[in-house]
Amino acid sequence: MMTTLATRAQNFLEQGQVNGNVQIDAQYYSEDDKLGITDSLLNFRKFGLNAFSNVIYTNGDFSAGLRLEGYLNPMLGFDDRYEGIGVPYWFAKYKVGTLEMTAGHFYEQFGSGLILRSWEEWTLGYDNNFYGFNARFSPYKGIMLKGLVGTQRYFWEPYEAGNRGIVKGFDGDFYLNEMFDGIADAKTKISLGGSFVSKYEKTGNVFYTRNREFLVDSIPWIETTTYEMTIPHNVGSWAARTNIAHGGFNFYGEYARKGADPNATNNYIYREGSAVYSTLSYSTKGLGIFLATKWIDNMSYKSKLSESGNPSMLDINYLPAISKEHQYSMATMYPYATQPNGEFGLQGQVIYTIPKKSAIGGRYGTTLTFNYALAKSIEKDSIYSDVTGGVTGTEGYNSNFFSIGDLTYYQDLNLTIDKKFSPKVKAKAAYFHQTYNLHVIEDNLYDDKNMVYANIGVLDVTYKFNSRNSLRAELQGLFTKEDDGDWLALMLEYNVSPTWFFSIQDEFNYGNPVDDKQVHYYNVSFGYTQKSNRFSVRYGRQREGLLCVGGVCRYVPASTGLTLTITSSF
Amino acid sequence: MKNYVFLLAALLFVTIGYSQSENKALFSLPEVDIQTVQGERFNTKQIHNDGKPVIITFWATWCKPCMKEHDAINEVYEDWVDETGVKLYAVSIDNVRSSKRVLPTVNGRSWEFDVLLDPNGDLKRAMNVNIPPHTFILNGNGDVVWQHVGYLEGDEHEYIEIVKKIAAGKKID
Repeated sequence: MMTTLATRAQNFLEQGQVNGNVQIDAQYYSEDDKLGITDSLLNFRKFGLNAFSNVIYTNGDFSAGLRLEGYLNPMLGFDDRYEGIGVPYWFAKYKVGTLEMTAGHFYEQFGSGLILRSWEEWTLGYDNNFYGFNARFSPYKGIMLKGLVGTQRYFWEPYEAGNRGIVKGFDGDFYLNEMFDGIADAKTKISLGGSFVSKYEKTGNVFYTRNREFLVDSIPWIETTTYEMTIPHNVGSWAARTNIAHGGFNFYGEYARKGADPNATNNYIYREGSAVYSTLSYSTKGLGIFLATKWIDNMSYKSKLSESGNPSMLDINYLPAISKEHQYSMATMYPYATQPNGEFGLQGQVIYTIPKKSAIGGRYGTTLTFNYALAKSIEKDSIYSDVTGGVTGTEGYNSNFFSIGDLTYYQDLNLTIDKKFSPKVKAKAAYFHQTYNLHVIEDNLYDDKNMVYANIGVLDVTYKFNSRNSLRAELQGLFTKEDDGDWLALMLEYNVSPTWFFSIQDEFNYGNPVDDKQVHYYNVSFGYTQKSNRFSVRYGRQREGLLCVGGVCRYVPASTGLTLTITSSF
Repeated sequence: MKNYVFLLAALLFVTIGYSQSENKALFSLPEVDIQTVQGERFNTKQIHNDGKPVIITFWATWCKPCMKEHDAINEVYEDWVDETGVKLYAVSIDNVRSSKRVLPTVNGRSWEFDVLLDPNGDLKRAMNVNIPPHTFILNGNGDVVWQHVGYLEGDEHEYIEIVKKIAAGKKID
């Protein structure tokens, strides 16, 4: 008996393995006259800490894991409702044959996510994980079926009947070249896919009032009428997609539709939603061409209809922003975020590497990247001539499929040149021209009365003293007559591979129309890496702005202080 | 109580067992369904290199140090392969916003190594990657024996030193 137990314990330990990670972000805030930051403004919370740890246990086809999260207190820019510590994510997963089952919390994506995607992004404080059951099953080669039922995370609030909806989904992928032997080696690779998602939400009817103003004998009267709206308890959506690869070409296309879903984001209209997302690329060694387009109409899809605003919570689907995510701080000053109520988007990119040892390419080759992105409104015709836009309780508006409106939301034209001059010197130069509709993106006002036009230049030079020591300098300028005016930024970074770095940085808003706001946002950072452990310390000023990942943005307020980050994986 | 003693003894035995081996496996590569850069299905159990070491990097098109890291590796990759037989898989964690731009980016920059797509972070989560770039080195059995977070100019020299040690059966560290 004892021996069996010992053997078992030994097997359990020998075959099982544990891995995980930890990240701690801690900030200490100081008062700063220049930024108008006082202790009372900070609610006397001088210290912020966001931290998590994942632990995964794996033994053969079984795995289980959890994530502990703590916000004590949440750092500036994170919602107060995150305050607390707990386990918002845990799972147990088992695989038998071609069936994989997950119980607990999970992340899933159907196609490109137009009707379903759950994901997390720590830096944004974004997490819409599902809590329930998920199955993936392959009944035949080349076929992958997925099914799920669950409720979504809402800060720390546990699910209770009625406090949010239940999401069910089904998805299938069919890789034709794997399924049919006859075309297994065909040059053209085709896959098809489709999904269906349904949300059930127990909700009462919604009441709203509408005012009518009129004059009787020159006396103004207001007549208020209260209406009662019947809210659909089930909101369904479906999507179909295909991916075709042939030689250097690759095409992806997906079309999605959503049933009547009056909600807080679309101002409670009954109109159905639809979306298209497609990409086409051609590439060969040294050349990459990419084209993407999308069209979105009324596609906000959340598991609670009254939820809206920031931070974005309970999203069932994901609507990608069409513009490129940039790597330099000035180029991300005016980032784009998807407008779920309707937008048309277009993106084109060409990357070309001029071969090494050619006249223009130089001895080490040169890479050119050109990128253009555009986001515009879609055409919406009012159903009621006296009121524009989507009127609560109605169909809202009419819109022709793939119609393009007049209002520009965002435009970004940019060119980057990468060049290596010698084994010691590498440089990168970039130019950006951005048009940013501040009213639409930040204030939810659909007009062109606050457009920002910005020209941005970047020069990034790396000098290698030897294989371990290098110095990097980054000079950036942002020039605009609107918003906060012109900026200059300089950064110097000294690296000693593979262990440590030290950097100083200053972003100076010298062109701010308000003299008191012409502030130096200086920062001093130091980092130390030891294998998969990384420590970094930063002291300085954080400028106010939007921090965006994947088209989802978080507002970060201005602050001054010390930030310590520790990350570790095991 | 006795059960605990046995458990402890077993644990001790395992620990001793590990310390005797050349390079301790941190964990074996998890089996996760991701995609090829063309959008076909790919399971990570297909990652192999005939008993030679494998490097797996996590990167994204929007990550500045990641792009520098892969450009730098690309310049020496052929030499690496000739010298050690190592194979590199660069796993992009770009989500759907940029995942379809990975293929033209990789070709446009003439990268020579294999690139995979992990658009919803399934492999990233299974391997506990916090932020890219994050680099793993696997021994010939597919076990992760070394990992490194971040990229500083010149870190690629460290990677190939580790690979050479593993290929020669020497102890790393």
